[in-house]
Amino acid sequence: MTSMTQAPPSDPPEQTDLPQAVAPQSIEPMRNSRSTTRVPWRKAIRRNWQLYSLLVLPVAWFVIFRYLPMAGNIIAFRNYIPGGNIFGEGWIGLENFQMFLADPTFWQVFRNTAVLGGLTLLFGFPVPIVLALLLNELRSRVFKRFVQTTTYLPHFLSIVIVAGMIMQITSMTGSINQLLSAIGLQKITFLQDAGWFPAIYVGSEIWQTMGWGTILYLAALTTIDDSLYEAARIDGAGRLSQTWHVTLPGIRPTIVTLLILNIGSFMAVGFEKVLLLYNPATYSTADVISTYLYRVGLQSGSFSYAAAIGIFEAVIGLILVLGANFVSRRTIGASLW
Amino acid sequence: MVINAERVRTAPVRKRRTGALSRSRGERIFGIVNVAILLLAVAVTLYPFLNVIAESLSSEKYIAMGGVTIWPRGWNFQTYGIVMSDPTFWINYKNTVLYTVVATAISMVLSTLFAYAISKQELKGRGTFIGIAVFTMFFSGGLIPNYVLVNGLHMTNTIWAVVIPNAISVFNVLVMKSFFENMPRELEEAASIDGLSVYGTLWRVVLPLSKAVIATMILFYAVTNWNSWFQAFIYMDKSSLFPVTIYLRNLIAGASSAQTSGANAASDLTSISANIKAVTMVLTVLPILCVYPFVQRYFVSGVMLGSVKG
Repeated sequence: MTSMTQAPPSDPPEQTDLPQAVAPQSIEPMRNSRSTTRVPWRKAIRRNWQLYSLLVLPVAWFVIFRYLPMAGNIIAFRNYIPGGNIFGEGWIGLENFQMFLADPTFWQVFRNTAVLGGLTLLFGFPVPIVLALLLNELRSRVFKRFVQTTTYLPHFLSIVIVAGMIMQITSMTGSINQLLSAIGLQKITFLQDAGWFPAIYVGSEIWQTMGWGTILYLAALTTIDDSLYEAARIDGAGRLSQTWHVTLPGIRPTIVTLLILNIGSFMAVGFEKVLLLYNPATYSTADVISTYLYRVGLQSGSFSYAAAIGIFEAVIGLILVLGANFVSRRTIGASLW
Repeated sequence: MVINAERVRTAPVRKRRTGALSRSRGERIFGIVNVAILLLAVAVTLYPFLNVIAESLSSEKYIAMGGVTIWPRGWNFQTYGIVMSDPTFWINYKNTVLYTVVATAISMVLSTLFAYAISKQELKGRGTFIGIAVFTMFFSGGLIPNYVLVNGLHMTNTIWAVVIPNAISVFNVLVMKSFFENMPRELEEAASIDGLSVYGTLWRVVLPLSKAVIATMILFYAVTNWNSWFQAFIYMDKSSLFPVTIYLRNLIAGASSAQTSGANAASDLTSISANIKAVTMVLTVLPILCVYPFVQRYFVSGVMLGSVKG
């Protein structure tokens, strides 16, 4: 790094002994992070103003479109009238929070959110692991690529298309009902039946994510040392016990990390999919926090009330992420940051 | 066992499994079962696609009877003509193309600038800037304040409501940042010695060497924008501004309400809708299906790049 600012033949020993500390005083910016923190802001900006100028637009974007809305949540504590002051007309304190905590519909959508998120985690999380293990056992590269390419596909679809496909497959004339009537069972109006919604939601979620979810596991699988398998085989381990004793421990860090991430976001149930698929007949199981606040906020115009629910939702999400991260740092020493 | 071990050592071990000679009967059965399971996964994944394509080419009569699976019955190409002759469909399709191009361009400019700047160790406050971005991955203002903001900025019913509020994906920024960080320092140092400014270095040295990551990011953003519908759904109410996803969404919503009213689903309206719906779905997803085989590996590499961050 310092090669072009110093004349190497003159003092090579000094350079090799203290490469960081004797960073040359030159127009070149210093690389040592310890020394940059000591540089006063004014000097740093004067020296790197071009770099800072690159940050102006993106940071402005973050402030306006990410942080201003966070501040805008203040309307949850104020009386907001659509079209009026964007920060509301006057303080009403915690009224909105008391209101939704006493609202039975809120607790119902809260329960629905937890159930849909929990079921997705329970059934959706193991599928990519199993799929990756099966792919890993394949001998044919071509077939492996084919399976991967095919199963990744749903990941690239618009949620509107996914919803359209779900409606089509589950419709009265759709494939599932064709099958049911072929084996002599009664047809079911799946999307009108609240009891079926969780199954449809979780099933389609697995369909969308199972292939894409294997990517990181497959990457982790390639890092397992071949000699471990060889040793296991010489010890008489069959395929199953090789998988159990070598493969699974090898990808355990990946599994744990992804599990933490998933637990952290499990309350963030796919809002758009629910919005496209639910209807009043299925509200009792399908309506989640985000769709509820969408209805009371944007459709009924109770902005302040909906914002209060939004704050609650965001805080729960943050607590879950921080909690999952904390637990993992304590137990396995791995954390996301 | 001894013999087996012998073979293990002598066989040319390409992958971790030994050659075909040492496979026991159990292993062979396992191999067959494995392939069968994976084929099942492929079938389950592909079935909805084939079903949609088949319904798009079938006559309404057969769809209403519930007789269409993966092969069209009562071949019918008319519906493609009907949908494609709907001017609204084309207006919306063009909107989708326009929104995708503009949104991707804006996203790329903002993300590249930000990622490049925060990839520089000498940037004082670097940690803070990264923190500003990463925090938004875990905490957001929420739907209502965003809506109020976009309304307040008078962006509703303009292209800006669709292309700006979600312009930066922090995940993509982190992928680009790690790519820039791994670039050899010497190149940029040489550039600055040669008198290039930061802008010149970024434009003439860094970007030309980052074509792979740039292409991946363009694809990430383009697919997201092509597929997006919710922004347009809440911020636009003129059908001349809708992207094609909203066109499709309205068809679907109409179809599902028709289904609600007539539970004996043989009514004409439902079946026509099913056919038109299928055609519109095929036409909407077609561009993605066409480029998908060629770009899929870039997506995979992008995800890997992002995960190496640690």
